Amino acid sequence: MNVLAAIGRAVFAFFAQTGRLAVFTASAVSNCVRPPIYWYLIGQQMLRIGYFSLPVVGLTAFFTGGALALQIYVGGNRFGAEAVVPNIVVLGITRELGPVIAGLMVAGRVAAAIAAEIGTMRVTEQIDALTTLSTNPMRYLVVPRLIAAVVTMPLLVLVADAIGVFGGYVIATQSLGFNGAIYIKNTMDFMTSDDVRSGVIKVAVFGFIIALMGCYSGFHSKGGAQGVGTATTNAVVSSSILILAANYFLTSILFR
Amino acid sequence: MTTVAEGTAKVELRGVKKRFGRKIVLDGLDLAIAPGESLVVIGGSGTGKSVMIKCVLGILRPEGGEIFVDGQDVTHLGGRARDTVMRKFGMLFQGSALFDSLPVWENVAFGLIQGRGLARDRAHEVAIEKLAKVGLGPEVAALWPAELSGGMQKRVGLARAIAAEPEIIFFDEPTTGLDPIMADVINDLIIKCVREVGATAVSITHDMVSARKIADRIAMLHKGKIVWHGPAGEIDASHNPFVDQFVHGRAEGPIQMEVRAV
Repeated sequence: MNVLAAIGRAVFAFFAQTGRLAVFTASAVSNCVRPPIYWYLIGQQMLRIGYFSLPVVGLTAFFTGGALALQIYVGGNRFGAEAVVPNIVVLGITRELGPVIAGLMVAGRVAAAIAAEIGTMRVTEQIDALTTLSTNPMRYLVVPRLIAAVVTMPLLVLVADAIGVFGGYVIATQSLGFNGAIYIKNTMDFMTSDDVRSGVIKVAVFGFIIALMGCYSGFHSKGGAQGVGTATTNAVVSSSILILAANYFLTSILFR
Repeated sequence: MTTVAEGTAKVELRGVKKRFGRKIVLDGLDLAIAPGESLVVIGGSGTGKSVMIKCVLGILRPEGGEIFVDGQDVTHLGGRARDTVMRKFGMLFQGSALFDSLPVWENVAFGLIQGRGLARDRAHEVAIEKLAKVGLGPEVAALWPAELSGGMQKRVGLARAIAAEPEIIFFDEPTTGLDPIMADVINDLIIKCVREVGATAVSITHDMVSARKIADRIAMLHKGKIVWHGPAGEIDASHNPFVDQFVHGRAEGPIQMEVRAV
């Protein structure tokens, strides 16, 4: 009997959680188009989410591009097709790895930071204080982060794409014996604007997921330091899983 | 239940009910607060004092009953109408709840800048003025909340609560966590600030020294209901077993301490 009760509780909790998230999302999105819009807060968040993520996203993109070049060389070598390295590197980075790596790195960095900040504001009653000062917490805290993430992630991924391809180029020319000029020519000839565009669309969605899950977890954190810790973990885990799931569905939609 | 004449209350709660899961926190709470009076609600931890205030402020939605502000039913108000009502309120939070991402003066002026669209330089002047009212010099204005002691944070919180000259001010445990001297300073400031702006004050506390000092009227909350209320001077002659136990701080009596917080 207890087993059934436990299953029932878990199912109810799941639906309650999903419902809360849906309501939160609807409220956040509808507030995006209602004044007042806090432009300077959007600017501040763009700096935090986009600009300060550049080093970590750039570094991971570089090494991923390099590793990709090595793997494709090994794989291509088995049927004498080493020459496809530049083509596959640029395709893999722009369509798949650039957005996913940027999404996951920013999820770790930014979703955690948002959840910790808003969670602390929740447990120290700062969010309630906003309400008593005639300021809507949704508009003041959530909307700027959502807009900033959706706007800056595509810019971030363009940089990540370039650095990832550069990583592949460096490894290919330095240790795999490719000619630099031919590598770049092959890359440019092969790459299409569709490749880049699909990555940009994906990563804008990832940005939305990151900011949403960070804000949602923070808003619903309970208790003290431990509650904020749990909220931070939830934000990173849930946004990472949602990013990978969304990546699959977006790829299947955008796949041509 | 109330000593306030029908229809003249500044804030009135009628049969307000609120529960969290299975725990009933407010169980048909009735309370009326007259304009300009200072009401102190006493009660043990976890009796729903904070929940009561949050229901009035619209931070929590009660499941039953009605809440009136100046005769207007605000129980289910939302959006712009709620914003308009919120402008009548100021609140000093238990932990001060200062925004740690903003310097002291922006905290004090927050409601003026964000809520009322006052220009920043003008709001800065007002903030300095309000800080002076709570005994803080202009040099504090540029500091960050984290640089202040608990007592100083309370003062800044008080300055923020009175900055927009609200009609009704709530004080959530204003003296908790302060040493007796700082607690008395805060009590004095509360009395002074409330008088100056002519506001109606509702404080919740379990500090009887503070309650006696700042209250015109005292109400005792127990298990989600007001079990006694009367003028502050009558608290020692209430002949109410709940009030007597609380005022004298006795472990024995009708009040059993709740283990679980809400």
